[in-house]
Amino acid sequence: MSEATAAHQQHPIGTYVKVWILLFVLSFFSYLVDFFHVHGLLRWGLILTLMMLKAGFIVAVFMHMKWERLALIFAITLPPLAILVLVGMMSAESHYVNANRTEHFAVAPLK
Amino acid sequence: MDTGTNDLKGFVSDWAGDRAAFRVPWGKAMMWIFLLSDTFIFGTFLTGYMSVRMATTSAWPNPSEVFSLTIAGTSYPLILIAIMTFVLITSSGTMAMAVNYGYQRNRKMAAILMLVTAGFGLVFVGMQAFEWSKLIHEGVRPWGNPMGAAQFGSCFFMITGFHGLHVSAGVIYLSIIARRVLNGHYEKKGYDIVEITGLYWHFVDLVWVFIFALFYLW
Repeated sequence: MSEATAAHQQHPIGTYVKVWILLFVLSFFSYLVDFFHVHGLLRWGLILTLMMLKAGFIVAVFMHMKWERLALIFAITLPPLAILVLVGMMSAESHYVNANRTEHFAVAPLK
Repeated sequence: MDTGTNDLKGFVSDWAGDRAAFRVPWGKAMMWIFLLSDTFIFGTFLTGYMSVRMATTSAWPNPSEVFSLTIAGTSYPLILIAIMTFVLITSSGTMAMAVNYGYQRNRKMAAILMLVTAGFGLVFVGMQAFEWSKLIHEGVRPWGNPMGAAQFGSCFFMITGFHGLHVSAGVIYLSIIARRVLNGHYEKKGYDIVEITGLYWHFVDLVWVFIFALFYLW
């Protein structure tokens, strides 16, 4: 770990360049997922994995999160997990709406 | 009073004392808290998009085809979006370097790199404007489109529009701070401001990572 003080984030440019190249490669891979028409679980797994990797590198290195103190890391990175609860609830709700629409409205196209 | 260690014990001691919880300049703490609130805005937008896409009974337009471009007779899927992604990542790289030069007190290099970053931001917004006009020309509207589910348009304009607004605001923010850096406005205060501006810019890139994966690739 680079020895920057908590308030003063100065890191060698080489570190940034390495992550930069890595982000390029990861983006290229996500583009290839679409280009080669990968389908099904593999497609979703690859998209989400590449997305989380890219997001992780941006937050950790470019935004210096990995060199911050845990007080700040936890305060910023834990609250967004609440969105996953919303995603879970809305996914259940949407399945229900979809089932209702299929059952009551989708028989004949609406004029 | 101060354990100084950065482990769970340090985490508890940072929160327990009757003093500042975050040992960073206040502007940086505030920027992080703003970005946290912005995370919720984009988080709920994307969740809303997920909801309408799951709930609709019509077929969702295939982004790979909708966003394909024909160059010299060959059709490339998603090519413009891929280029936009690379432009934004590149701008994040130049921004990170600007932060480094800022702390070295190299005003000229820091300002130049910030302006280069803003330039890439402008290129991104320009390509987005092109993409919007192309889709509008093809009949995509917030209330319907010729390719499939009507909700596609509202999700697209809402999410990419809000992101484009963030990029545009970032370009203005970067230009103002770059000018002040060049003028020596921060010689006494120090160059934390470049890092804080950078946090905002990297966040814009971060949001694009999620939009790219969940809207364009899904």
